[in-house]
Amino acid sequence: MSRASGDARSEAWQPDADHRKELLRQMLLIRRFEEKCVELYSAAEIRGFVHLYIGEEAVAVGVNQALTADDNIVSTYREHGHALVRGVPLDSLMAEMYGKTTGCSRGRGGSMHLFDVSRRFYGGNAIVGGGLPLAIGFALADRMRGEERVTACFFGDGAVAEGEFHECMNLAALWDLPVLFCCENNLYAMGTALEREQVQTDLALRAGTYEMPAWPVDGMDVMAVERAARRAAEAVRAGGGPHFLELRTYRFRAHSMYDPELYRDKAEVEQWRHRDPIDRLVGRMRDAGELSDDELAAMEDKLVGEIEASITAARAAPAEPVEDLTRYVYSPEAS
Amino acid sequence: MSTGDQIKTTYREAMRAAIREAMQRDDRVFLMGEDVGRYGGCFGVSLGLLEEFGPERIRDTPLSESAFVGAGIGAAMAGMRPIVEIMTVNFSLLALDQIMNNAATLLHMSGGQCNVPLVIRMTTGAGRQVAAQHSHSLEGWYTHIPGIKVLAPATIEDARGMLWPALQDPDPVLIFEHGSLYNMHGTLAADAGAVDIRSAKIRREGGDVSLITYGGTLGKTLTAAEQLEAKGIDAEVIDLRSLRPLDDATIMASVARTHRAVIVDEGWRTGSLSAEVSARITEQAFYELDAPVARVCTAEVPMPYPRHLEEAALPQPDGIIAAAREAVG
Repeated sequence: MSRASGDARSEAWQPDADHRKELLRQMLLIRRFEEKCVELYSAAEIRGFVHLYIGEEAVAVGVNQALTADDNIVSTYREHGHALVRGVPLDSLMAEMYGKTTGCSRGRGGSMHLFDVSRRFYGGNAIVGGGLPLAIGFALADRMRGEERVTACFFGDGAVAEGEFHECMNLAALWDLPVLFCCENNLYAMGTALEREQVQTDLALRAGTYEMPAWPVDGMDVMAVERAARRAAEAVRAGGGPHFLELRTYRFRAHSMYDPELYRDKAEVEQWRHRDPIDRLVGRMRDAGELSDDELAAMEDKLVGEIEASITAARAAPAEPVEDLTRYVYSPEAS
Repeated sequence: MSTGDQIKTTYREAMRAAIREAMQRDDRVFLMGEDVGRYGGCFGVSLGLLEEFGPERIRDTPLSESAFVGAGIGAAMAGMRPIVEIMTVNFSLLALDQIMNNAATLLHMSGGQCNVPLVIRMTTGAGRQVAAQHSHSLEGWYTHIPGIKVLAPATIEDARGMLWPALQDPDPVLIFEHGSLYNMHGTLAADAGAVDIRSAKIRREGGDVSLITYGGTLGKTLTAAEQLEAKGIDAEVIDLRSLRPLDDATIMASVARTHRAVIVDEGWRTGSLSAEVSARITEQAFYELDAPVARVCTAEVPMPYPRHLEEAALPQPDGIIAAAREAVG
């Protein structure tokens, strides 16, 4: 059964107005970045698959608050948000969307394969469930070396149907590994609704059967996500073994750019839009007198300016030379 | 320098000695896989290592090939030097996602940031009457994949010497150990250590025909070469050793001397490593050839259980001799 673990420090955590402003800024950064990506995609400036995180921003922002710069993140192909809050520079993300040399993966990965080893951000993994074994490996290495590092592993509800998910849940618990499993349950595995693919749709309950603390969180409430993530990450860091958060959220936009959304009602999407995590935090801050219209406008202007600058830089950036096509297939010191 | 002292050993013991040496020399090295610890390894390779190095470094895993191979990839990215053992190549297909989609691609799709210094060892091949899910030679599939290297130790010296340089490689290396070789007896220099893992080796010199092989069929090919000598044909035998990358130079130099090539491969013929070697000879040494390149491969059938059918399916010295005689004309 799912169990919750308590922790005095996280219980005592009380965010102030400045902290909430920072959470808001990060969520807006993801939202505006991706809205711009849609425009650029429509204008055929960027190509490939682009999976939007719009609607799910509270999850990446809230979880990241619980991590230190020394922790590891293993993410999915819907990872713009995770990369942005991790501090992967906006310019290098935008350049990656353009496939340029200045991109965080030198343009070779694209939207689905953002990497920044200097920030311990290990992808950008586009096989559903395929990142989980990597997270197990990072955590195993840390445990064997006695390092107090948390590996946060993001994946969607779709991954719960993969064999790799179950192998990894078992292994993490069996070996007592410092993994924070972050299941972003947006209710759809591409176009297949959760109840059409899972006999047990309570994913936290499911995870709890692997003998690890697991609980559901309102993924549309950034403060709730941060509170839960702090509690879980502190427990993992303190040697409490793997923890599992089911972050209940919703993707407002299509699965990718090619999706006509035949599988869900517009009314359902509208209903979830009323729970928009950004609107929710803005409303809360306004009610508390923590955010004026001018402040919000200034924040928006600054973000839009930064994003526009990143586009200008990406357009002007050099492309990888074709002569280097087969570079990075093997390491340079090898043959 | 070799002192000249020789020890009697087996392929299995040589491999164990290689693992032991790696564990002693580098505390980042650990062995992980199904039954590598208490059981001593499905083929007995790691017997005794648990007692010597403990359960953290000789790590038994559940039957979760994808998870523990992927964990090896993650641990390698995190700075460890894992040796992952998979019982057989057939089981490795359960981890193919991790090998192909992660180990082989991470360096490139991260723009050079994430190299994966991982060694995966697995058993391959037939000859033990274990039928159609434990007997195949699928190493040729793995040679299709850019980003990984593929080794096939066919001798005791290579069983002893390939692991350490594979662990020094910054990229993933797969080592295929043919199941029929573990009991092979022989001698080894007492101070034997690392060998070169980039080149093919000529195991027998000859001027009439090049017999090109690797792994489990090296012994059969050498047997065939001896019998060919009695028939007046002087065969050269090349052991490929490294299946990816292939040592084209050694192959082409041999073909330039003998003008005839027979490839012996325990894989199936269609879309195989033998097809690749044949194509390269055609591309690079076509005008040296006095006869078409010939191939001796496993019959295109899932491996049958009864001994007579298994033997009929596999490359045998008689078939190699017939192919060589036809090439020589």
